[in-house]
Amino acid sequence: MLAQQLVNGLFLGAVYALFAVGYTLVFGVLDILNLAHAAIYMIAAFTAYSLVAHGLPIGVAFAGGTILAGTVGILLDRIAFAPLRRRNAGTLVPLISSIGAAIIIGAIARGIYGIDERHFVDGGIDSPPIHIGPVTFTAVEAIIFATAIALMLVLSYVLRATTLGRNIRAVSQDRIAAALLGVNIERTIAATFFIASALGGAAGILTGLEYNSVSIDMAGSIELKGLAVIILGGMGSITGAVIGGFVIGAVETLAVAYGLSEWRDALTFGVMFVILVARPAGIFGARALRNA
Amino acid sequence: MTFFAQFYAQHSRLLDEIGINALLALSLSVSLQAGQLALAQAGFAGIAAYVSAIASMQYRWPLFASILLAVACSTLVAALLAYPVRRLRGIFLAIATVGFGEIVRVIVNNVSITGGAEGLSGIPNNVNTGIIYSGLALVALALFGLSRTKFALAVALTREDEAAARGVGVDTGMVRFASLALGGAIAGLAGALYAHAFYFLTPADFGFPRMEEILVWCVIGGVTSPIGAVAGAAFLSILPEIIRGLADFREITNGVILLAVILFAPSGLSVLWRSRRATVPRDA
Repeated sequence: MLAQQLVNGLFLGAVYALFAVGYTLVFGVLDILNLAHAAIYMIAAFTAYSLVAHGLPIGVAFAGGTILAGTVGILLDRIAFAPLRRRNAGTLVPLISSIGAAIIIGAIARGIYGIDERHFVDGGIDSPPIHIGPVTFTAVEAIIFATAIALMLVLSYVLRATTLGRNIRAVSQDRIAAALLGVNIERTIAATFFIASALGGAAGILTGLEYNSVSIDMAGSIELKGLAVIILGGMGSITGAVIGGFVIGAVETLAVAYGLSEWRDALTFGVMFVILVARPAGIFGARALRNA
Repeated sequence: MTFFAQFYAQHSRLLDEIGINALLALSLSVSLQAGQLALAQAGFAGIAAYVSAIASMQYRWPLFASILLAVACSTLVAALLAYPVRRLRGIFLAIATVGFGEIVRVIVNNVSITGGAEGLSGIPNNVNTGIIYSGLALVALALFGLSRTKFALAVALTREDEAAARGVGVDTGMVRFASLALGGAIAGLAGALYAHAFYFLTPADFGFPRMEEILVWCVIGGVTSPIGAVAGAAFLSILPEIIRGLADFREITNGVILLAVILFAPSGLSVLWRSRRATVPRDA
């Protein structure tokens, strides 16, 4: 029973982590909280749904939705954040413009898809249950989990071992110094937005597949939970976001297992509040925070 | 006179909404003026709305007593919240207070006295437009009175440079505490009036989307301008009525206006009556 719940927590946590990694990457590089991240998560899921509905295989739809999400991320930066960056507008103003962008993306999705939830395939995707010892899960769940982990490993490799990754890390540490050393700041930021949004979009598609349901409401439920995850791990810390995702995933599945499902969100935000008050840099975060 | 009577008959609900929204905007504006991005106003309003509704429905309290009790409760909660978050700044304060608001929403959703997710209905509907605007006038007058005191200078200094403020002897902790508690009181008044003006409450009325809305009003009006906050609330409450023909595009219009103001008129509507560029707190 407990083992099964922990496995469920792992599946939920992997998707939370994938979402939060993109959320925290943008914060780490630009110091802005991008509240449109959840809207991108949602439209990627809708895009993949549409592609599947037009008869494309699920893998192609996944790639298409992810690339679209990344592209929307770049557009978002050019329209809502780049002009503010030139003006040195601080942290409140970009937060508001991301709310504006989220409203616009949500409105477009509502205009196209309406308010009803959509399903990838009628009756769900066929997948045989897999039994390992006391735990049971479906093949789809296993694929979702593997995809999320693989994407996070790729991100970790890109950040650690490629020129682009070095540039991103340089810009996040000191934008001016990075510029002086010849890093193309705007291009690096665009790449950051593409990667972060593509990962957020991938999380959206995987969530849509896991529950076989895509709706405009899915953005609202993960928007604030993603905050709890990145606070737990320490804002701007990728590793922290991954661990935070798994911790929140486990907390939520255990809460449901012990009959506290109505109180699940209060528990999540309670944990977040206590962490913020007691350890603003997060449990695992080593990164010094200027404002905390 | 008949024109006004007719106009009122058609639009009294809208007028009530504008008055209550203006109060909510003012309550956030009080925090923003002190440079505190504290986003718990919707939660404070929700607490007060339920307290006032329950006091008048279950305990048959008269209207003004229930409203007073509600305001006292939301002020107390705000004051209590101010302590744990006293060291948080900027985005971290915002996230902590958003988390608090979500916890309030979940609690209201799950206890029986609030009617749970279905909400409360049949709240005595005895708040009219006159009472709402009297409340708004009272708050505006009090804030105007405050703006002419030394305390307002301490607030402005705390916003612009907290270290400098401490350097010249401003008790910045006190300023932050007072701005949160006062914001809690004003939000509470708005919430209590809301409960009695619309006699129906659900937990969703005070969730994060409502908090976002309040923030948007303040920013569109001009972050540090209380008049701007009221104007922003009024403008965005009326807008859907004006562009009713565009009902399908209402949401997207809101988003576009918000982005346009942020990008092209950073001081918001307050530029209309202020020649000096309104200061936007850097780290708020």
